[in-house]
Amino acid sequence: MTETKIDIRELNLWYGSFLALKNVNLSVPPRLITALIGPSGCGKSTLLRALNRMNDLIPGVRITGTVLLDGENIYGGALRVDRLRKRVGMVFQRPNPFPLSIFDNVVYGLKVAGVHNRGILRDTAEKCLRGAWLWDNVKDKLHHDALELPLDQQQRLCVARLLAVEPEVILMDEPCSALDPIATAKIEELMAVLKKDYTIVIVTHNMQQAARVSDFSGCMLLGEMIEFNDTQTMFTHPGDKRTEDYITGRYG
Amino acid sequence: MRLSPRLTQAFVVSLLGLATAVTLVILIFVIVFILRKGLPAIDMEFLFTKPQDMGRAGGILPTIVASVLLPLIAVAIAAPLGVSTAVYLTEYTRESRVTRLIRFGADCLAGIPSILFGLFGFIFFVTILQMGWSLLSGGLTLALMILPTIIRTTEEAIRAVPNSYREVSTSLGATRFRTTAKVVLPNALPGIVTGIMLGVGRSIGETAAVIFTAGSSLRMPSSIFDSARTMSVHFYILAREGLSSEKAYGTAAVLIISVLAVNMVAYGLMNRFIRKRS
Repeated sequence: MTETKIDIRELNLWYGSFLALKNVNLSVPPRLITALIGPSGCGKSTLLRALNRMNDLIPGVRITGTVLLDGENIYGGALRVDRLRKRVGMVFQRPNPFPLSIFDNVVYGLKVAGVHNRGILRDTAEKCLRGAWLWDNVKDKLHHDALELPLDQQQRLCVARLLAVEPEVILMDEPCSALDPIATAKIEELMAVLKKDYTIVIVTHNMQQAARVSDFSGCMLLGEMIEFNDTQTMFTHPGDKRTEDYITGRYG
Repeated sequence: MRLSPRLTQAFVVSLLGLATAVTLVILIFVIVFILRKGLPAIDMEFLFTKPQDMGRAGGILPTIVASVLLPLIAVAIAAPLGVSTAVYLTEYTRESRVTRLIRFGADCLAGIPSILFGLFGFIFFVTILQMGWSLLSGGLTLALMILPTIIRTTEEAIRAVPNSYREVSTSLGATRFRTTAKVVLPNALPGIVTGIMLGVGRSIGETAAVIFTAGSSLRMPSSIFDSARTMSVHFYILAREGLSSEKAYGTAAVLIISVLAVNMVAYGLMNRFIRKRS
């Protein structure tokens, strides 16, 4: 592993007086899928949200350490937070389209960025919906309410909405936990395609999913990164007893 | 003795039904009563001519105009102020002693009898600021009066917008301002409109605060610096001075019909807006 897209160094994060991330170090390689696994409450979602500063929205959060995106510290103050979030986008646990039409959902990011040219909006919507493998499902009903779509299509719509702001990194916070296995498979296929162009970090509770889709995996426990390795090695020869216990289902 | 669950259930349900029925009957009774006494007085002349002989004869056109203008002025002042305050309190500040104090103040303001607002408006706008009895003084006073309602209903509406919308919008690179303008306010709009309509309703019906500030001139106002008499003030004076109970009830009927009409139009617009968005 030579290249690094996101370099996390000695990251500590407190919620009030509770230390949620303890001295986390992690190098996320570009255009691959990195999975974060670990039992509930181990801090993996917190770590994910630290990568695009979504934790800023929560009162009482304090952070030390650095997160370098292409070598630039995102907590350094030089990088504007809204610009950071355009580069590092996020797909949430529950599909969360806005109560708008499918089309308006996809172009939301462009509109807040001040793009109002109809031709550009239309082209981007088609491109992104194709990119999220949703175009054939929705091309005839772009102006229908997004909330009428089935859940997995809603989730792919959220991916399309994210692609429209042209991120470099996509953070996925248990993107399939609200979906059935067939819908999950579709999202996983999509991830495999997306990683050609995007760096993906995914938090998942599903060991098989981590094993199936990811190239690298980090296992977390009680706020610490206890092991980070390429996925195959981690799942066949875990280097840490606690990792082995977790992935073989002894706790979690 | 314990009643069977089924009996208790039936008892409670009928009690709730009865309460609803009583409410409905009272409402219908008030409306029907006023309309029956007032409708015979209403004709084209009543609606479209000026009053004569202190209101004993003629129509009520100037009071209708005043009743339209005054709430408009009040809302034009109070809505932007109130909505901005609510946005600031909910989206831009964290819960603190200061925000609690502001909310407490707003709640207190909402509970003050309107005659005190009238007195304040009279002293401050009419006398100290020398605006005289005018639609402007009245509108400003009413604006102060409905401001707390607009703030609180807007706050509630904004709070009811799911947090996930803010989260997604933020994660797509929208600034807080963009998120508020594009996601939070549109989704809170029905609640905000309701708050504003409550304010309009209160302004249309308000008497005590208006009589001290907008005065009771029966002439047609030609600008917002003129004194004018609203329908509710007109009704009050007609009834109080015993000038004409026929004209008084006629005025009351027009007032009640306009309040109903305003509310229906507002609901209609709101539903159309909601349907258009989805």
